[in-house]
Amino acid sequence: MSAGLEVRGLRQAFGGAPVLAGVDLTVPAGSFTALLGPSGCGKTTLLRVVAGFRRPDAGTVVLGGRVVAGPGVHLPPEARGVGVVPQEGALFPHLDVGANVGFGLSRSARHAGRVAELLELVGLPGTGARMPHELSGGQQQRVAVARALAPRPALVLLDEPFSALDAGLRGSVRADVAAAIAADGATALLVTHDQDEALSIADRVAVLRGGVVAQAGTPQELYRTPVDLELARFLGAAVALPGDTDGEAVQTELGRLPLDRPVPAGPVQVLVRPEQLQLTDGGDARVLAVRFHGADSVATVCTAAGTELAVRERSQDRAVGACVSVQVTGPVRAWPTR
Amino acid sequence: MSTLAAAVSAVPVGWLLVAAAGLNGPEVLAVLTRPRTLELLGTTLALAACVTTASVVLGLATATVVHRFEFPGRRVATVLVGLPLAVPSYVAAYTWLAAVPAVAGFGGAVLVLTLCCHPYVHLLASGALRGLDPGLEEAARAAGRGPWATFTGVTVRQLRPALAAGGLLVATYVLADFGSVSILRVQTLTRSIATSLDNSFSRLVPVTMSLLLVMVSAVVVLAEIRSRGRSRYARTGSGAARTTPRVALQGASAVAAAGGLVLLAAAALGVPLVSLVRWLLVGSSATWDPARLLGAAFSSVSLSAGGALLTLLLALPLGVLAARRADRVARLLEGASWLSHTVPAIVVALSLVTLTLRALPAAYLTAPVLVLAYAVLFLPLAVGAVRAAVAQSPPVLEETARSLGRNPLQVLREVTLPLAAPGVLTGVLLVFLTCMKELTATLVLHPTGTETLAMRLWSTTTSGQYAAAAPYAALIVLLAALPAHLLQRGRR
Repeated sequence: MSAGLEVRGLRQAFGGAPVLAGVDLTVPAGSFTALLGPSGCGKTTLLRVVAGFRRPDAGTVVLGGRVVAGPGVHLPPEARGVGVVPQEGALFPHLDVGANVGFGLSRSARHAGRVAELLELVGLPGTGARMPHELSGGQQQRVAVARALAPRPALVLLDEPFSALDAGLRGSVRADVAAAIAADGATALLVTHDQDEALSIADRVAVLRGGVVAQAGTPQELYRTPVDLELARFLGAAVALPGDTDGEAVQTELGRLPLDRPVPAGPVQVLVRPEQLQLTDGGDARVLAVRFHGADSVATVCTAAGTELAVRERSQDRAVGACVSVQVTGPVRAWPTR
Repeated sequence: MSTLAAAVSAVPVGWLLVAAAGLNGPEVLAVLTRPRTLELLGTTLALAACVTTASVVLGLATATVVHRFEFPGRRVATVLVGLPLAVPSYVAAYTWLAAVPAVAGFGGAVLVLTLCCHPYVHLLASGALRGLDPGLEEAARAAGRGPWATFTGVTVRQLRPALAAGGLLVATYVLADFGSVSILRVQTLTRSIATSLDNSFSRLVPVTMSLLLVMVSAVVVLAEIRSRGRSRYARTGSGAARTTPRVALQGASAVAAAGGLVLLAAAALGVPLVSLVRWLLVGSSATWDPARLLGAAFSSVSLSAGGALLTLLLALPLGVLAARRADRVARLLEGASWLSHTVPAIVVALSLVTLTLRALPAAYLTAPVLVLAYAVLFLPLAVGAVRAAVAQSPPVLEETARSLGRNPLQVLREVTLPLAAPGVLTGVLLVFLTCMKELTATLVLHPTGTETLAMRLWSTTTSGQYAAAAPYAALIVLLAALPAHLLQRGRR
């Protein structure tokens, strides 16, 4: 895979406080990559540097084989060919939808029907004559995506574009936008703090933590084989159990569990995902509380050793106080205790 | 571009400094320390402080009443509140003096200038009130603050930049005012500069006093810039903009609101208009010269339009810079434009006389020089309007346009200016209106053979021909009322 975007050693500090402390990031051409990180971790700063709105303190940005930022090089945003979808859409309020989508197009491209093609692509055919304020939030966001895609940029940057939408709308707009970007064959980098969003629509995820990329890979790799417990917790609900390992399996209060990779013998922290746990009636653990979520439910269970566990299972009517036993399915991941 | 605009506006201050350099130091010190100077300084400061305070309180009150409450006659009141802008302060002064002779003096000057100046604060406060997020006030109420505590603790604080900007307009207007203080016989620095220019050929006193005045004004300008601080005006956060619903007033409070506004309109508009109409009726038709009146009206309108256009051209780069860059250079350039605004019109006029006679004698007493004087005098009004308008369009739009292949100049033309257009137009109208009323520079610089409405009004009033003055005054108010009304509408 050729690289759509290559970021190497990117550094940026605000008033002495480093925000980006040497970021390395690769976005393969044609991929949909998510840059995931908690609020204030520097995601948006990175995106602004790539777009050319900020000049980094150090490091290089290579777009489609061309250095756009680096020592002695700083291409202005208009010369980079990077599409941007800002947080709130930011449609030009004085232009109609068609003119917004066609803003980055040459006259000939505008007449060649690219605008109509894109409105079709984002599921808003025939809305070219409407004004931005006549559209709903979700529609505005789709138009913003169409506008960014129109000039066929080397890279499309999406800055938390779905966070302003309400939960019901978010899922559908997200899916449609991902589909539209894929259909247009564009390379995209999505910045988000929502791990569910990153894991579900991106084909690659990079986690930004403490100013550096802590781990990058496919969503499956990150979720199943996180580099540390903290990252595991950030990507989804996790139970951490103390245990002792002989190198091949680990002894915990839930029994002897197989490891997914060898670990030096000694005390370890074991990662168990709630969906790896199963409950059966009767045993020495007790149900403390049950939260109902519709299709599934999460039971909080206290083991005989006093550890509280969250167990996700298909909707069950478990009574609070009932006695259960806990089993673990599949191999687990463990890290030596420090 | 911005530097050129700032340089143009710095001409009077430059002239002043050059002139001051030629003076004898001890003599300057002697002028500055004589009791007369301190007395003038005290009166000027007291007048500026009283009028500014009264105008801010009155402007805040009218803006709040008109935008936050519903009462019988509110729509009419909304139109009337902005209209005193069309009444030149010297017209107000002479009609008040004719109606109530006791108005001459300091108290009367405070009254008349406040009646003329409070709409500046009203207009700016109204704009800010409408842009306010009602969520802030709702949150304060929910947190247990009463309506009054919410108003003073949340609303007024949010309005602070607008009130400070309005207060600055008023303060600089008062500092530079010549016509009304002359009519009401109050001795201020500006008036003493004009008098000393008339009475002697020595530059010592006028230049020293002008320097003193510019320093006072600089302090006022710096205070306003400081109070603006780092605040940003573009609305942040998501969701559609809401406005606070009006509270319906009933019974005594409705009568008080409507009555208060009627009283204000009667004082600010009624007194001048009734006097004018009476004199129009009383005046013998022999003093009427329709051709002369029309000629003066044409000159006023065309010179003011030229002044407004040139001011706009100079204000655009400065305003955009001031809105987009909060650094020292931007503040310095904007501050420079304010400085020239605080130089009395008479000094601006004299600096341009000197400049044209030295550099381009053929241009002496031609329309372009007067238009330039208007631009120098009123640049800050337009810069303020452009800055506010540009600051309200979110920077993210400009960045998006950059990412879509536009260079900074194209972004300015295709995104920033179209979005700022309504606010910029407001500034142009304000400048046009102010040019129509301008007296001092017009008297000094008017092209040979041309007379404007303001000039005719001044010459007839000062020679005691009130009846002959009335048609000119009426026409100024009439012509200025249209842009004043449009300003009010644009702000609603």
